[in-house]
Amino acid sequence: MKYIEEFQNPDLARRLLDDIHSVVTRPWALMEVCGGQTHTIIRHGIDQLLPEQVELIHGPGCPVCVTPLEVIDKALAIASRPEVIFCSFGDMLRVPGTGRDLFRVRSEGGDVRVVYSPLDALKIAQQNPDREVVFFGIGFETTAPPNAMTVYQARRLGIANFSLLVSHVRVPPAIEAIMQSPSCRVQGFLAAGHVCSVMGTREYPELAERFRVPIVVTGFEPLDILEGVRRTVLQLERGEHSVENAYPRAVHPDGNPAALAMLDDVFEVTDRAWRGIGTIPDSGWRLSTRYRDYDAEYRFSVTGIDTKEPAACRSGEVLQGLLKPHECEAFGTTCTPRNPLGATMVSSEGACAAYYLYRRLDITTAARETSPVA
Amino acid sequence: MTATATDAPGDPAVLDLTAWTCPAPLRDQPRVVMGHGGGGALSAELVQHVFAPGYGGDVLAQLTDSAVVSLGGARLAFSTDSYVVRPLFFPGGSIGDLAVNGTVNDLAMSGARAAYLSCGFILEEGVEVSVVARVANALGAAARAAGVEVATGDTKVVDAGHGDGIFINTAGIGLVPAGVDLRPQRVVPGDVVIVSGAIGAHGVAIMSVREGLEFGVEIESDCAALGGLVETMLAVTPDLHVLRDPTRGGLAAALNEIATASGTGVVLQERDIPVPPAVANACAILGLDPMYVANEGKLVAFVPREHAEAVLESMRAHPLGAEAAVIGEAVESHPGMVVARTGLGGTRVVDLPIGEQLPRIC
Repeated sequence: MKYIEEFQNPDLARRLLDDIHSVVTRPWALMEVCGGQTHTIIRHGIDQLLPEQVELIHGPGCPVCVTPLEVIDKALAIASRPEVIFCSFGDMLRVPGTGRDLFRVRSEGGDVRVVYSPLDALKIAQQNPDREVVFFGIGFETTAPPNAMTVYQARRLGIANFSLLVSHVRVPPAIEAIMQSPSCRVQGFLAAGHVCSVMGTREYPELAERFRVPIVVTGFEPLDILEGVRRTVLQLERGEHSVENAYPRAVHPDGNPAALAMLDDVFEVTDRAWRGIGTIPDSGWRLSTRYRDYDAEYRFSVTGIDTKEPAACRSGEVLQGLLKPHECEAFGTTCTPRNPLGATMVSSEGACAAYYLYRRLDITTAARETSPVA
Repeated sequence: MTATATDAPGDPAVLDLTAWTCPAPLRDQPRVVMGHGGGGALSAELVQHVFAPGYGGDVLAQLTDSAVVSLGGARLAFSTDSYVVRPLFFPGGSIGDLAVNGTVNDLAMSGARAAYLSCGFILEEGVEVSVVARVANALGAAARAAGVEVATGDTKVVDAGHGDGIFINTAGIGLVPAGVDLRPQRVVPGDVVIVSGAIGAHGVAIMSVREGLEFGVEIESDCAALGGLVETMLAVTPDLHVLRDPTRGGLAAALNEIATASGTGVVLQERDIPVPPAVANACAILGLDPMYVANEGKLVAFVPREHAEAVLESMRAHPLGAEAAVIGEAVESHPGMVVARTGLGGTRVVDLPIGEQLPRIC
């Protein structure tokens, strides 16, 4: 299998960078929507190699970062129950709820398990008929279809001791919310390739037209990102604003029809709260009334949980691209990956964690250069 | 952190590097979590704030994988390690192999050839005797291959449900040759960083069997005893500065420990770090970084520049160093920090892992 190396080729990257440098004539602010893209940009130092005029703003596309505190607290409450086996993808275990995380619940005796697929959780439910198995179903359009499929399978196989704690979110309403914000600086979007591999690109032309922004569907390897940037900048320089697919090896304009049908059957669109941003209308999915029996929120009556975000955390501004992570007063001192105030410092895709891990040197150097000589 | 009065709005505030660690360690974890055993920052804090004040002395304070002590005129390396791996048998080895090679390698990183091991078994009630025998035989074979004798042992049994089948603790001693002084404090700017081979195989092998993940090709653990390789290197020059076997926390943790203890910076050329394609692919699928994945048969060496080429050549002539590569150097700038130059020409900080690496959602 050789799908990675070719898309990290330094010679090709140099050519793309030269192209970008040669077409840029003035400052542009682009937003990469997906946390996976943020991770690639910072990990490979791509933002350091782009022309100074091209600013990358890190968008709200990290599923871990935008899952609301209230949902994390519901997860903690459910996972603490003795009859429950709580299954989750790995990176949710370290996300702080109010005062603790799932690791803490596990150390206090809760049965919390890392799985790699929601179907693994269903298998655990079959193997443990006397326990309640709950899967933490979070994420964007990318992770929603397998979660929908799992609930569908649970019902088909008559597995009653399985349920889903759902907090799914959708990208297009988030783009809309960002563009409608009075402080919005975004002039072009790198759309999340994996989301579009499920959903297709049909939702985007209307947004591109209404807000007059280029939207380029972009992949996740360094060359994918550079190609996405190149095409977006080209459009901006030409005064264009259309939807382009720079990730055709994974994205078809119609998306994945089977996955879309599954989403349509199992989920229904709902308003969703985004951590640090607030509620965005029609920006998420919940289980449809037909599958309400599998909704962990109802099964365990974890409604009415009161939550409090740490006052010092400004992740909302980071998620909206209004603040660079290192411009936050808490960055690197009271807020580190070891002691995160907010989810953007927890997830490896979170902008704050990515800056902390990979960019500390530059920030420190810059700080030294700008600090007064003692 | 507060911005200084001279900061213009929007400028990054001045960061104090000494403030990058938690000011109130363990404050947020009143109970032990898995990360405390992950070889990263949480493990270090447990030692620093619980074990060292509890029972530490001058020797323990050096916080090396094996202690070097003087006894009856001899310089002994002395080390202990516990093995709690699941599953007990995995592609490329078993808990028995690990129990020998792990401790032998800790001694080797002090320059010592392991002479004697102790071996304590903690067995869970109900485990099959035939399984214990398989582990014991694997342990014996690994000891013979490493040229070390298991001189003493112990067995305990715990109630069913209070163990994980088999836990093993081994301790080892060996003589440190005259003129050999391997410590991170000896690292100086200009030292060349050499890794003995491709990284990440052990961690991925364990994960693939533990989690039932298929990567299209079986990845075998690199579990091996490194005493012979270290002897080969020391035969070129006893003046190696420091050796580490990058086990828990991987290459990133080992290099960060050396950078911190030596007060020098480390610069890596990311493209020069050997990573098997299967490991790279598995890590890409799971959202893990191979630099943080455990190894059980690799070492990383800081070698004075004038000896680097000869040491590298000697390593490549040894079966366990055939893929040895120069991956970077020690530098004066950014003391205590490990920085990687990426394949595209950017840079990134390679930090100490916090606890365990967690697979990403998408």
